[in-house]
Amino acid sequence: MSVRVSLHDVSQQFGGHGRESLPVLEHIDLEVEPGELVALLGPSGCGKSTLLRIIAGLDPPSGGEALIDGAPITGTDPHRALVFQDPTLFPWRDVWHNVAIGPQARHRLDKDRDVVNEVIDMVGLSGFAHVRPNALSGGMAQRVSLARALVNQPSLLLLDEPLGKLDALTRLTLQQEILRLWRQAGFTALLVTHDVDEGLLMADRVVVLSDRPARILADLKIDVERPRSHGDPRLEDDRRKVLGLLGFTDAETAHAQ
Amino acid sequence: MSTTESVATASHPGESEARPVDGAASREGAGWRERLASWCAAPAWVTAAVVTQVWPDHAPATNAIVEAPQHNTGTLAVAELIFAGLFTLVLLSGRWLPGPAQRLRRFSPWLAALAGYFLFWEIVTAKAGLLVPPYWAAPQLLITDFRSDHAILLESLWASFRLLMEGFVIGASVGFAVGVAMGWSKRVNYWMNPILRTLGPIPPVCLVPILFVAMPSTELASMLLIALATWFPVTVLTFSGVNSVNRQYYDVASTLGASNRFLVWRVAIPAALPSVSLGLFMGLGMTFPTLIVAEMLGVKHGLGWYIQWQQNWSDYPKMYVAICIMIVLCSGLFALLFYARRKVLAWQQDLVRW
Repeated sequence: MSVRVSLHDVSQQFGGHGRESLPVLEHIDLEVEPGELVALLGPSGCGKSTLLRIIAGLDPPSGGEALIDGAPITGTDPHRALVFQDPTLFPWRDVWHNVAIGPQARHRLDKDRDVVNEVIDMVGLSGFAHVRPNALSGGMAQRVSLARALVNQPSLLLLDEPLGKLDALTRLTLQQEILRLWRQAGFTALLVTHDVDEGLLMADRVVVLSDRPARILADLKIDVERPRSHGDPRLEDDRRKVLGLLGFTDAETAHAQ
Repeated sequence: MSTTESVATASHPGESEARPVDGAASREGAGWRERLASWCAAPAWVTAAVVTQVWPDHAPATNAIVEAPQHNTGTLAVAELIFAGLFTLVLLSGRWLPGPAQRLRRFSPWLAALAGYFLFWEIVTAKAGLLVPPYWAAPQLLITDFRSDHAILLESLWASFRLLMEGFVIGASVGFAVGVAMGWSKRVNYWMNPILRTLGPIPPVCLVPILFVAMPSTELASMLLIALATWFPVTVLTFSGVNSVNRQYYDVASTLGASNRFLVWRVAIPAALPSVSLGLFMGLGMTFPTLIVAEMLGVKHGLGWYIQWQQNWSDYPKMYVAICIMIVLCSGLFALLFYARRKVLAWQQDLVRW
């Protein structure tokens, strides 16, 4: 199951009511087809997370409209799962019960017990169901976070720089994991990242955002067939284009040989 | 995809402090000092027992109020021997029950010091007669007084315990409910905060005259006093705990489909529990002085009342016995609270150590 995301002239600002209002997003127009994996690339602090929060239903936009399958977003929904940059696991619950939060909140824990187990296996944490979060490494915690989002069988998965705080090796592993899970389930996915290579590796389309207040600078379709690899020569042109848009010259961005 | 990431194991409560000492003691040839320290408890108590029994008691000055303590010297010696025997037994059973034996070894120097203290007390009061009744009492005098008054003492203990528990439970429950409401709802906070700030810090003992007049019975008044003593810290810390919950927890639960009810009961309250437990400790601490004052002033039962009664008779040894029982009550209740906290907040074990 997957949904279409439509953003029409969406803008967002913080503050107001006498304080200096801070515009964060301006005139965002975006269409995401069902089942697509779209990467949102942009410099730090440009408002990418704010955009995801609007789509997740956590904050309403100050202007424009955000639609899911044509219907306006009015609040959060378990089928629109958000994976945060911090795993934010509940420390008083073990891994299994953290993943089970979704079903428990929706009063379906008995029915979905098997799904919880399945999802924990899917992310590769089979033996760790009864471990507490304080004993997990960063990568494992982020996997639990992923599992927690997936257990509700979402039609839209929003990923807010999920791999930003992990070491480089774990990042490589988890990039492939997320791709695999996406292929298996077929949901629509929006990946916010500041890592250009990650965006090019994973996405069908790369949307480049400017610095705050964020506007869409470019919407590139990545026509390269998967599996792709880091440093893939077929991605070189797109890479140069994206980095150019973000303000980097060729000399600054050449791959280390 | 196989994971080869390492998992840090959560350390066992108490074990990590025990490890250096035990590791040292079990290593071959390591510190005869450590080994001596871990076995010194039993011999110390045996020494105390022997000295108590063998050294003749100082003849007491004739004083109609004070009983001769001699006939309980034997009891004291036997009690000390029993302690020594118990410690030896626990240490010897170390192979089958390593836990208690290990803890005993760790506390051995302390227990030996305790034996030394008892011996010192015994010598200074009963043997050498340096400190005598009515103001000073030998251990065997306390034993005598306990045996003669044990019915009243145990009844007083029960009365105090009951009053304390009733007041504490009511005060803590109300405090918890109000604290959660204040932390969750801005409107409740608006109305309750000024009340909390002005009435909360008042020591309940100041309200004793008012309450004893206003309430139908002194029992009820005392219970209310103790509840008031508990209420303030529990409310403040529960409120603070709920208020400081990481907002991201709410975002996460929201996007997973949580209703408001789920957010309060399954996110806010569990996250606030560490702060709540701190409030409970403070609340419990506030109940003891309130209890004693309430009992001294109005209620005709309980340890506070007994202490004052004996004080009016100038029977200080009996007063000391009651104080000792109170020590057991207070530290026992705190130990219980610590135990409950360790069970409920097991997840917090490695993050906070107190």
